[in-house]
This record gives sequence, structure tokens and C-alpha cells, in this order.
Amino acid sequence: MGGVSTFPIRTNSHGMTAASETPPNDGPPAGAPLAIELRGIDKRFGAVHANRDINLKVRKQSIHGIVGENGAGKSTLMSILYGFYEADAGDIFVSGNTVSIRSSNDAIAKGIGMVHQHFMLVDSFTVIENVMLGAEGAATLQAGREKVRRDLKNLSDEYGLTVDPDAIVSELSVGLQQRVEILKALYRGADILILDEPTGVLTPEEADNLFRILRQLRDQGKTILLITHKLREIMAVTDEVSVMRRGAMVATLQTANTSPSEIAEQMVGRRVLLEVDKGPAKPTEDALVVENLTVRDRFGVDRVKNVSFTVRRGEIVGLAGVSGNGQSELLEAISGIEAPASGRVLVNGKPLSHTGDPAEARELGMGHVPEDRLRMGLVKTFEENENSVLGYHNAEGIGGKVVIDVDAVRNHAKAHIEKYDIRPPNCRLKTANFSGGNQQKIVIAREMEEDPDVLLVGQPTRGVDIGAIEFIHKRLIEMRDAGKAVLLVSVELDEIFGLSDRILVMCGGEIVGERLPDQTDENEIGLMMAGIDEAADKAAQQTEAAQ
Amino acid sequence: MGTFESFILLLDSTVRLSMPLLFAALAGLYSERSGVFDIGLEGKMLAAAFAAAAIGALAGNVWLGLLAGIAVSVGLALVHGFACITARGNQIVSGVAINFLAAGLTALIGHAYFSQGGRTPRLENEARFLPIEWPGAEQLADVPFLGPIYEELISGHNLLVYLGFVMVAVTWFVIFRTRFGLRLRAVGENPAAVDTAGISVTLMRYQAVIICGVLCGLAGAYLSTAQSASFVPNMSAGKGFIALAALIFAKWKPVPVLYACLLFGFLDALGIRLQGYEFPGIGEVPVQLIQALPYILTVVLLAGFIGKAEPPKAGGVPYVKER
Repeated sequence: MGGVSTFPIRTNSHGMTAASETPPNDGPPAGAPLAIELRGIDKRFGAVHANRDINLKVRKQSIHGIVGENGAGKSTLMSILYGFYEADAGDIFVSGNTVSIRSSNDAIAKGIGMVHQHFMLVDSFTVIENVMLGAEGAATLQAGREKVRRDLKNLSDEYGLTVDPDAIVSELSVGLQQRVEILKALYRGADILILDEPTGVLTPEEADNLFRILRQLRDQGKTILLITHKLREIMAVTDEVSVMRRGAMVATLQTANTSPSEIAEQMVGRRVLLEVDKGPAKPTEDALVVENLTVRDRFGVDRVKNVSFTVRRGEIVGLAGVSGNGQSELLEAISGIEAPASGRVLVNGKPLSHTGDPAEARELGMGHVPEDRLRMGLVKTFEENENSVLGYHNAEGIGGKVVIDVDAVRNHAKAHIEKYDIRPPNCRLKTANFSGGNQQKIVIAREMEEDPDVLLVGQPTRGVDIGAIEFIHKRLIEMRDAGKAVLLVSVELDEIFGLSDRILVMCGGEIVGERLPDQTDENEIGLMMAGIDEAADKAAQQTEAAQ
Repeated sequence: MGTFESFILLLDSTVRLSMPLLFAALAGLYSERSGVFDIGLEGKMLAAAFAAAAIGALAGNVWLGLLAGIAVSVGLALVHGFACITARGNQIVSGVAINFLAAGLTALIGHAYFSQGGRTPRLENEARFLPIEWPGAEQLADVPFLGPIYEELISGHNLLVYLGFVMVAVTWFVIFRTRFGLRLRAVGENPAAVDTAGISVTLMRYQAVIICGVLCGLAGAYLSTAQSASFVPNMSAGKGFIALAALIFAKWKPVPVLYACLLFGFLDALGIRLQGYEFPGIGEVPVQLIQALPYILTVVLLAGFIGKAEPPKAGGVPYVKER
């Protein structure tokens, strides 16, 4: 990958394509041999029409992407192909022959293998035991073990899929566990490999490695179906891409002839602004001041080292960094959840006493959208309206210290639902039943509507659909333009570049540099995130040379 | 009687008292390894004890008694299986219900049918598992050291005792060396992995539960037709729960299960030996305290001396295919 230039937001310089009336369909050329063809696949779950009359052609020896927002029906379609569900109607053709796939066994027999989003591995088993499960060969295991060992050796020679056959799976990294999943499918003779959201759990490096393997598998004759909602991956690795929207297949495109914005448009059903539209910032006085903050974890390790910075009213400061470099700890210290070892945080000039009570930060005018909404932002089993006041439940008018005014809470929630377009618009629904994007909107609405002076936002669009990402980004810009100070922590570089007026880079618990977004690029920031400061090196060399 | 001889006798009764625990613990091993927790070992054992003794008494045949015991136990196991696997109910609740059911029904039916206060009639010899004398046991009895060991410890047990030891080896082989065992272990750890590999989770779990029933049947039949000669209400007396404790001790592994059961059997045997014994300086220890020893030990050991005992990951959780 050439730097990070395949990030969708950064690559739409060719502008928006107009919404076309008929779905474009320049799928596989006629006559090309097909690995899979689906005709008229239809599936309902009660009232939910998960797949509507799906037609799909997948060319042999290609990497075919299936994209769509959460709930578009991608996983259902693939589960039908893998025999987890049976379609209500429609036909499946594998290599031109009509087949009936009623169970995973049928699918495996037809050469279809699946790598699930949540790995189907037995953690306490060795790699060999996992690979042989369901294909043991005989009633006792000895012979099968030897065969698996030989075959794994061959597969590893053929595709470069090396893994220690005797390792216990739970002791392998996530990337290697995924490799075991792929090996499982290949061992059972898969010619067609379905990967369901394979990069969700991988580091960027592991993801690149996976793509390399996928390309190699394709080049050696396998057909790959890649399910994802990340446009970057589609652009990076697929040959063709099919787009699903609300249970229907809306387009099949040649990846080389399309653009992220065209795919996004097909996914959402309308034009999507991938690039955030914003005017210049007009920062005024300091709202959030962080002075020499050091955070120590319970093992006595400094996770944040003597960090100082300010965020002014009317600007968004982006904090970039590879996940796990102290950003989470920094956010928790600023928001008052964790007490720092030293240093202080001032909100509107008033210092936090750091008693480990985030309510104090809120009183000083700080809103906080936590990084992990399910762990810190919401109570999943609560109704939507209860979550919409969480943390503000003592406020006047909503409740009091003792009795909560249920009607007031629900009206409050209804106002959020309307303003933030939270779907379904039902404040009595359990929060767990909302999609990731709508859960995030619940949190964002709660924190923004309290009109904070300082807003901390951690990973605002993690696991959120494209449509909702656009909405959340717009709201953040609006907050800025209303004169709020916004601190944005994100591991998505395109998000940092799209929104920030200043970029701080964090590495190893320290802030290693500050850049203006129009005077840097993702390469430089990426290097800084990795702890390499090229510009500083260059400057040092220049001064040396000058002397 | 010398110290050595009484020690041999102590070990001899250890073996006898361990057997019902061993069968029940192995039963639990199959069930729990497949992901179905079974707190109803006790109830199945009790029901099997009753059925074995009742049919044994009526038919006058030990094998018919054993078959009846196994059949009843498997029947209850299938009830548990239906509740936990098919109906996806709570496994603890179902197990507790089976324990109550067995305790009540055995007493009730026994009372109504045999009118002996819930007991079954005393079994004739042909309706019991009798000790098997090994060749030359009597002649060798006088050989020092090895003689008593051979005569008391190795020879002179009933068939089920020997079967129990064999079952440990068989279980080890089945669990760790066969296809069935691999799938059984997998289904208790990650049923979804088994399902996607094209194996039926439901079928695997039912098979495990049925094996559990058979072994509980053996445990029950042992109680009423080998260890004693009739059924007495509530004669399992918590052995099913001790077997569960032994299973946890042994971390769901067959050979350690044998050791754990022998340990509990030993404590039980020791308790019986020590009744009425005057401890120097302490005097006689109340019987109840000695009888409580296995339970106290269980608590102490489980509380921290055996390290973390990790149950099968999917244990207690019904398998539902994700939508």
C-alpha cells in the first residue's frame, strides 16, 4: 500500500459522481467462468426481509467484495451460501452446476469455506486439533493428526501460511488465529473462500498481511469473497465489488473503474460527503488546558508522560496515534475518571480536583463521548431514554436526587431522537437493540445537548455506518463553529485529517509533535505515530549543515 | 490385628466407597465436557439405585436389576437433555428438579409398592454383585506383605469395582484419543466451531448426556446391589455432589478424577474407622465431625489449594445459532 493514500476520505479528489438512476452493473464480463452464481435468493426472518431477490455473479479466481452498511444483509447472504440458513427462494450455482446447500457440511463438500468474523476455533485446542475437527478421517485421531501435519506443511509451503501446528490457539495472536481459520478451510478443500469482516480485529499491519495472502490465494486459483463495510479494503484488494443496501443487491462494479464515493453512494442510497465540509476555524480563548499530566497504571508504568497542551474555543484538536499509546489513559484523566499521578487539567480556567469523579468535570462544562461506548458510554440493557440522561440524571427538570421524573426523561430522549435522527425512533427500546451507529448517536446526543464548553470525543465513528459517520462529523463541526473546544481522539487518520484544525501526535505516552493539517500529510503523521520524526531529523541536519 | 493389616483393610474399604463416586464423576465428565452442567448426578444415581434394587428383588436377577437402573437413569438424563439442549432451559434448575424428583419418587414408589418404609426387600445373592475371589487368593493370604495386598485389595471385589477402574482408562482413551472425544471437548468449549465444521451440536450433547445416564446408572446399581443388599431411601446421601466436587478437583480430566474419588473414598473410610476412636489428648471426636471431613476438605481444597479449575467454556450455556 502506498502510504495511506487508499483511505476513502482522502481519495475523492475526483469529486462526487451524480446519483445515477439505474444501478451501474459492469460486473464480470459475459462468458467468464463463474465460481458462484446466485439467482433470486430471498430470505425473510419474520417481519425482516433480510435478502430480497439477490442476483450475484462471482468470477473464478477473483477477489470479490461485498459491501453494505450494517444490517444490509451481507452476512445473511453469506450464511445462506455456507449452509447456516436456507434461502426461502432462489438458486445457487457453484461452477455452473445448481446445488442445494442445507448445512455447513454441504457447503464444505462443494468447496466453499468460510472464515467467520468471530473465529470458529476452540481456544484450548492445538492448531492441528482445530484443523482436523469435523474432518478427523477415522474414529481414532492418530492417523488424522499425521495427515493434518503433512497437509499443513504443504499449505504453508504453497501459500506462505506458516503456523506452528502444535501451538495452542489461545496463545496465538489474532492474526495467526485468523490464519488457522483460513488453513481450516483450505484443509477441507475450499476453492471458494468467504471472509466475513476479516480485518475488524486486525492491526493495520496484520490486515495488509492478510491482503497479501488473499492476493496470493487468488493467483493460485482460489476465489475469494470478502465481506466488509470498509471502503479502504475494497479499493485495496478486490477485483470486483457488489454493493448491498437494505437486503437488495444494488450494484456490481469493477473496482478499477469505480471510486470510494461511488460505492458509498450506492451503499447509502444518496450522495455521501466523504470529505468533511468545513470553513476555517476561528479559535478564541483557551478552554481546556492540560499541564504536565502524567498517568500511571496499576503496575506503576507511566502511560501518559508529562503531557501539556491546550484546546481553544472554536477549534478541533485531533489527537492521532496508534491505539494503545496512552490516548485512552489521557482521555480518562482529562475527563476525571482516573486520577493522574501528577499535573493538572483546567476547564475554563478552573482546575479539576481529580478525585476520580467525572461528575466534577461535567459540572465544569466538559462533555465526554468515551472511546468504548458499550463499556463506558451506555448501559446496554437500559431503555434508550434512560441512557439519554445517564450522568445528567440529577439535573433540574429531569429528576432530582431521589425520584426521577420518567415523563421528563422520555421527552428529553424524544427530543434527542428527533434532532439526531436516532433510529428506530423509540425511546422505550432497549439500547442493545439499536445498531452501533445509532448507539453512538445516543451518546453523542447526550453529551452535545448538555451544551458543554469542552467536548472530548474518543473514536466517534468506530463501528459506525457511513451515513452516520457523515452525520457525526457534521455535528462535530457545528460544535466547533458554535465556539466549543473539541478534543478528538481517533485511530482513523482520515478522520483526524478531515476534522482537525490542529493535529497532535501521541506515541509512547508522549506528545511527539504538533502539525497543521494543510502543512503535513498522512505519511508524515504516520511516521510520527510510529515514533519517527522525519521533519525534526531534517531540521537538525539542516542546522548542522548550516553550521 | 497389625497396623499393616488394618491399613490394607482401610484401603480396601477406600476402594469400595470410591466406586459410586467414580462412576458418577465420570458420568459428569462426559456431560460437562460437552457443555451440559449436571447437578442431577445425585438424583440419577438414587433413582438408578432404587430401580436396580426393585427390579433385582422382583426378578431375582442382578443383570435385570442393573439394566433397570441404567434405563431409569438414562431416562432422567434424557429429561435433563431435553430441558437443556432442546428447550434451552437453565441447566442448574433442571438438575435440581431431577434431584427432587428422584428423592421423592423413589421413596413414594418404594413405600407404596413394598410397604417396608421405603426400603426394598433384601436382595438374594443372585440379585447382587458379589465379591469375586481371584485364583489363589486364599492360599497366598499368608505370604507376608504381598499376600494381604493380593487377597484384600486386589481380589475380593465385585465386578463393578473392576469395571470402574477400566472405565477410567476407557474414558481417558475416548476423550483424548478418539474422534468422538475431540468433538465432545470441542462442543463444550466452542459449540459454534463444531457447528460450522459440519457436526451437529445437539446430537453430540445428547450422546454425552446418554453416556452420563449410563454411568450414573452403574453408580446407582452399585449402591443398592453391590455395596448394600437393598435400597434405602436417600441412600445416595450426597455422593452425587461429592462426585461433582471430585470432577472439579480433577479439572474435568479422567485420571485425576480417579485420584480425587479415591481421596474422598479414603476420607470416608477413615471416618468410619475413626468412629469411637480415642485420640490421644483429645479424646473421642464426634462422629459428625469425622463424617463432615470430606466436605470440609472439599471446601478447603476448592478454596485455593488446587489452583484455578477452569470448566469447559461453553458449559451451562445452551447453544443457539446466531441469527
